[in-house]
Amino acid sequence: MNWITNYVRPRINSIFSRREMPENLWHKCKECGTMLFHRELSDNLNVCTNCDHHMAITPRERFTALFDGGVFTDVAVPEPKADPLQFRDQKKYPDRMKAAQKATGEKEAMLVARGEIGRTPIIAAAQDFSFMGGSMGMYVGNAIIAAAQEAVRLKRPLILFSAAGGARMQEGILSLMQMPRTTVAVEMLKEAGLPYIVVLTHPTTGGVTASYAMLGDVHISEPNALICFAGPRVIEQTIREKLPEGFQRAEYLLDHGMLDRVTKRTEMRDELITITRMLMNQPPAVRGDLPAPEPEAEATKAPVEKAPAKK
Amino acid sequence: MTQYLDFEKPLAEIEGKAEELRALARANEEMDIADEAAALDAKAAVMLSDLYKDLTPWRKCQVARHPDRPHCKDYIQTLFSEYTPLAGDRNFADDHSVMGGLARFNDQPVMVIGHEKGSDTKSRIERNFGMARPEGYRKAIRLMDMAGRFGLPVITLVDTPGAYPGKGAEERGQSEAIARSTEMCLRIGVPLVSVIIGEGGSGGAVAFATANRVAMLEHSVYSVISPEGCASILWKDAEKMREAAEALRLTAQDLHKLGVADRIISEPHGGAHRDRTATIEGVGRAIGDMLKDLTGKDRDALIKDRRQKFLDLGNKGLAA
Ligand SMILES: [Zn+2]
Repeated sequence: MNWITNYVRPRINSIFSRREMPENLWHKCKECGTMLFHRELSDNLNVCTNCDHHMAITPRERFTALFDGGVFTDVAVPEPKADPLQFRDQKKYPDRMKAAQKATGEKEAMLVARGEIGRTPIIAAAQDFSFMGGSMGMYVGNAIIAAAQEAVRLKRPLILFSAAGGARMQEGILSLMQMPRTTVAVEMLKEAGLPYIVVLTHPTTGGVTASYAMLGDVHISEPNALICFAGPRVIEQTIREKLPEGFQRAEYLLDHGMLDRVTKRTEMRDELITITRMLMNQPPAVRGDLPAPEPEAEATKAPVEKAPAKK
Repeated sequence: MTQYLDFEKPLAEIEGKAEELRALARANEEMDIADEAAALDAKAAVMLSDLYKDLTPWRKCQVARHPDRPHCKDYIQTLFSEYTPLAGDRNFADDHSVMGGLARFNDQPVMVIGHEKGSDTKSRIERNFGMARPEGYRKAIRLMDMAGRFGLPVITLVDTPGAYPGKGAEERGQSEAIARSTEMCLRIGVPLVSVIIGEGGSGGAVAFATANRVAMLEHSVYSVISPEGCASILWKDAEKMREAAEALRLTAQDLHKLGVADRIISEPHGGAHRDRTATIEGVGRAIGDMLKDLTGKDRDALIKDRRQKFLDLGNKGLAA
């Protein structure tokens, strides 16, 4: 899997620059305390090499690792009305947006792309928890609708990576209305007979879980992801008792029948290829049809031509 | 006895005084209080209309939650005949916070489903204060599906603080149940009309209100989060609920401007709880009108109408 980061090609469509390198070359794992070299960590898709703790990963980093050769094309998302309620709490909503855009280098909390995984054409959408907690507002709703429409247009499966604290309060009722809107998007896929696979990542909560994240044909989660409707703190306040260890974590949901699988991030790509190819009635992915791993020195080279599929 | 809200305190004082006078007069026949009592009544009437003329969003939340407001059960009793409750999700339990069943509305067979908060301590506990567990949504899914298959229009009455945040509810898939309920709302090929009669609390409300037509009572609210919850997250202070209620734009009037509510049903002078009969009749007329709006549309047209309504949301803004 590590080879794939060597094929990062400059993205033509992206108007936003990649986030700058962290100043600190070492990152301490919050779970086990191990100091991890940033390069080693990103090669392992932000999963701790010592304890397997899954740290946050941005949609772009994820897509770079997911798509063949790290190549993908952004799918355009219709721009919603900005700040529809003229919302202000202690800060103005537009100011919060600007701060999030500056911090992430992204326009909003969801990225939609088309490309191939194991030579399987797909549409992928990923939610960005680092952008205002991944919260679902009009833009995220538009992104999911655009993803579904693109999938229907090209007859491709949709793979969606969820990550959100819930709805975006600053858009009030319009954020809540993304629950039915995104459900309409899922209906489009189902009517077109296209697979809809949800990969639930840490954390997926609130209105997001109670709409598109729980309507997949297949639900896969990353290990230990928090997945819930009401958060643990709210529940503890309501029932006035301490919740058991692991409550609302991926493995717990697997036990309770809400997920199909819990899969490590480093094995996710292969699994997604296997599942989508079966659901799309395609032959098994051929090992040889992917570009071979290249040595470190090749990292800056132009993208490798697609090798023809071998039978 | 009238239960006064905190902002109605001056009104309570005047009405209390008038009441006291009348009690005194009953005990002492020589006392002539008629003029004085009438003056107090007049003063109270003016005050009531002043108070309700321009309710702040937070006050609307309080009115929407008023314990004497007519609840789902009251609407079903008055507006429907042959109500035949149907129970259970065929899987785990029957959730008493969700009422539902076959009934006739103006003689037409329909499926009616709604949140019921309860009206006294005992029934409030039994109804879990209108906070449904997964079984409630799954019962609703079952009933909507049945209505779709038998061509019965569905009427939903929304009045919930939100889905129940409990351990068991989470274990049994609260999120999935709500998501599936919304999905079923979007799938059925029969008219689906919804009235927010009190509180439209977050996902728990969406699961019933993803309808062709949504009406809201004049002082009802519909929001992504409670003002208290929003205040504690964004203001880090639950006491800032007034500010949060203002910012969230959760009133029927704002939601009508945003296109989320298709119509507003006016409430009697001083709120629904001051004239329950008139309120219920108003809701009945609105349901009748909304169903009439949808007659003649076939299965596909109804499904398309509903989807398009939600896809189009966000285009209408609030005038600054
Ligand atoms: Zn670790």
